[in-house]
Amino acid sequence: MREGLGEVKQALLEADVNVGVANDFIERVAEQAVGEKVLKSLDPGQHVVGIVHKELVELMGPVDHSLHLRGDVTVLMMCGLQGSGKTTTCGKLARMIRERGRKPMLVAADLQRPAAVHQLQVLGQQIGVPVYAEEGSQDPVAVCHNAVKEAKRSGADVVILDTAGRLHIDDELMQQLTRIDRRVNPEQVYLVVDGMTGQDAVNSAKAFNEALELDGLIMTKLDGDARGGAALSVKSVTGVPIKFIGVGEHLDALEEFHPDRMAGRILGMGDVLSLVEQAQQKLDQEELAAQEERLRAGEFTLDDFRKMMMQTKKLGPLNKVMGMIPGMGGMADMMGDADAEKDMNRIKGVIDSMTPDERRNPTKYIDQSRRRRIAAGAGVEPSEVKSLVDQFSAAASLMKDMAGLGVRDRMKKVQQLGRELSNPGARLAAKKLSTGKRLSPKERAQARKQREKEARRRKREQRKNN
Amino acid sequence: MGLFDKFKKGLKKTGALLNTDIRDLFKSEGRLVDEAFLDELLETLVKTDMGVKSAQAITDEVKTSYRGRVVQMEDVLASVGGKLKELMAQPEEPITLAESGPTVIMVVGVNGSGKTTSIAKLTQLFIAQGKSVVLGAGDTFRAAAVEQLKVWAGRLGAEIVAGEQGSDPASVAHRAVAKALEIGADVCIVDTAGRLQTQQNLMQELTKIHRVIGKQIADAPHEVILVLDATTGQNGISQANHFTEAVDCTGIVLAKLDGTAKGGVVVAIRQNVGLPVKYVGVGEQADDLAVFEPNSFVDALFEDMVAAG
Repeated sequence: MREGLGEVKQALLEADVNVGVANDFIERVAEQAVGEKVLKSLDPGQHVVGIVHKELVELMGPVDHSLHLRGDVTVLMMCGLQGSGKTTTCGKLARMIRERGRKPMLVAADLQRPAAVHQLQVLGQQIGVPVYAEEGSQDPVAVCHNAVKEAKRSGADVVILDTAGRLHIDDELMQQLTRIDRRVNPEQVYLVVDGMTGQDAVNSAKAFNEALELDGLIMTKLDGDARGGAALSVKSVTGVPIKFIGVGEHLDALEEFHPDRMAGRILGMGDVLSLVEQAQQKLDQEELAAQEERLRAGEFTLDDFRKMMMQTKKLGPLNKVMGMIPGMGGMADMMGDADAEKDMNRIKGVIDSMTPDERRNPTKYIDQSRRRRIAAGAGVEPSEVKSLVDQFSAAASLMKDMAGLGVRDRMKKVQQLGRELSNPGARLAAKKLSTGKRLSPKERAQARKQREKEARRRKREQRKNN
Repeated sequence: MGLFDKFKKGLKKTGALLNTDIRDLFKSEGRLVDEAFLDELLETLVKTDMGVKSAQAITDEVKTSYRGRVVQMEDVLASVGGKLKELMAQPEEPITLAESGPTVIMVVGVNGSGKTTSIAKLTQLFIAQGKSVVLGAGDTFRAAAVEQLKVWAGRLGAEIVAGEQGSDPASVAHRAVAKALEIGADVCIVDTAGRLQTQQNLMQELTKIHRVIGKQIADAPHEVILVLDATTGQNGISQANHFTEAVDCTGIVLAKLDGTAKGGVVVAIRQNVGLPVKYVGVGEQADDLAVFEPNSFVDALFEDMVAAG
């Protein structure tokens, strides 16, 4: 078990969890694991992973997505290091708050960085939220104070302060933050943390928390391939909840934080839970059941394939979906975002150009001339139609295999498929059916002798009959 | 203040932090090198963000040379420092200028790594050397990014070529290079929008900008600089990998080294991708840029410790 935990620790460190935090964490898990007599359970390795996952979720929780908005004017203050994503996050938050039917106002309190005020004004324009700025002002404390007054006058009820990025060891600027905090007395103070931050995350989060008493954290840039171990580090040194995560440059790319998903990401387990949950939400359950039935009967057609594809699309960009499946992470990288979507549309076009019969049994009906007709209809090359049909029949045989399996075996199969696909050059090939028995060389020699003997006997009989 | 002093100033806090940690490890009487000792050493090294693997390699070296002995600090430091210098060994090579015509420098990086500020600092550096600079405001995505660079250009006295927000960054790059050729500028620095290295279509856009720059001047861009935030953890390796794949980076500017972050990920990057660090950013002012010196980088980290030993 020690070895297993060593591996977990290595994974945590590679995911940028702070060393101290990782040590404490491993100790907690070790205590629990011993207490639960892991060694006696059937699969100790998996049991430990279970405990690790559970503990991670517990440490990063509990969740609190509330912004604690009051009836009258609520002030939210955003702070963080340079380049952590404060201004963009302000825009995303304002958009979210406006969608909830409130009246947000953005305040340009970053007087440090050239053109930061202008950046916020442009964002405000894009989402239709007023921006308070004072031309030529040098005093962010006064700007924030005046902004709250202006909000009360103009009827805005949520004020979001976008403060300048600063280093946590810059005493002068940290004191300035404290002054804003005291003067304006914001309802909530959020620290914006770059999701790619390494070991240093604890130092900055601690310093900001000591200066301001944070109420929440927002992790940004989590749409990349960073494992996001900083989430665990900052949560454990500040003790305040992680509220949201930024998952893209566009202003709607702000999601509520879910510790279970983050735990899987940090451990490199893939976001299985997210996928299952999303799938349950968005896929039509009845349709799924019907498909399952057809799968079992081995009647999987191109129509089903198309429906399935469209449903997968509902889950989000294909590469995101793939990235959430364990073992498929590499696939997502290879596919990229633009191409996968485009390919899906092409496939849809090809299927739409087929007759119902062709969709039901493509291998039987589609010959060279039909292929040409379909290709012309869909605006693709005939070879693409052929490769779709080939891939479909391979997939259909795989589906048939999977239909009888339980969830766990099915997951295994998908992982295996992912590995096969991420091996460049290996394509999904139609599966050769096995004869069910593998002969040893000796048996094969015997069988051959038997066959030859049989052949000689037949020849003899023929001669006799003649 | 000389460049070396500036460099040391930026690293002082970094060094101080790391020093305290290691000083704790070595009692004045010397200490037995055992498992506990090696674990502590490993942790101290991991804290620099150099990554578990690099830290493990160094710890292993200490283990083979000192295991079971009671050691003095200098001996171990010489070994650790030696290993680090070996890892970071590289010719001291800042920007190589083109033999004739303008030198084109393309600057790339993830969002918020400090590209625009680093460009301002590079510009200041060239202008202080008496060179003329044309800036290409190629970040046409982020709101007000062009304005930010315009403010800097105005302050520093550089020419700037800009497009509308949302316009094609490759065309801005093209016009910036054309402008540099036309007025006979010494240096042309092309800014690009920040992008995460996993956004494949945006990475393709970078490749296109790179190609477009090469159409007017055969071997341009002469330098492709990846700006890396010193607080970045192990994701820095992925950044270096993907950006190098897309635009063949020639070096790194390690920004924000004036905080408590150690920027140790450049060690892992050097090992895995081979990218050298060219400059380090040590403050918010235009002249807060220092040439990266691998030996000083390591020495500055251990400086106080050696003195104390």
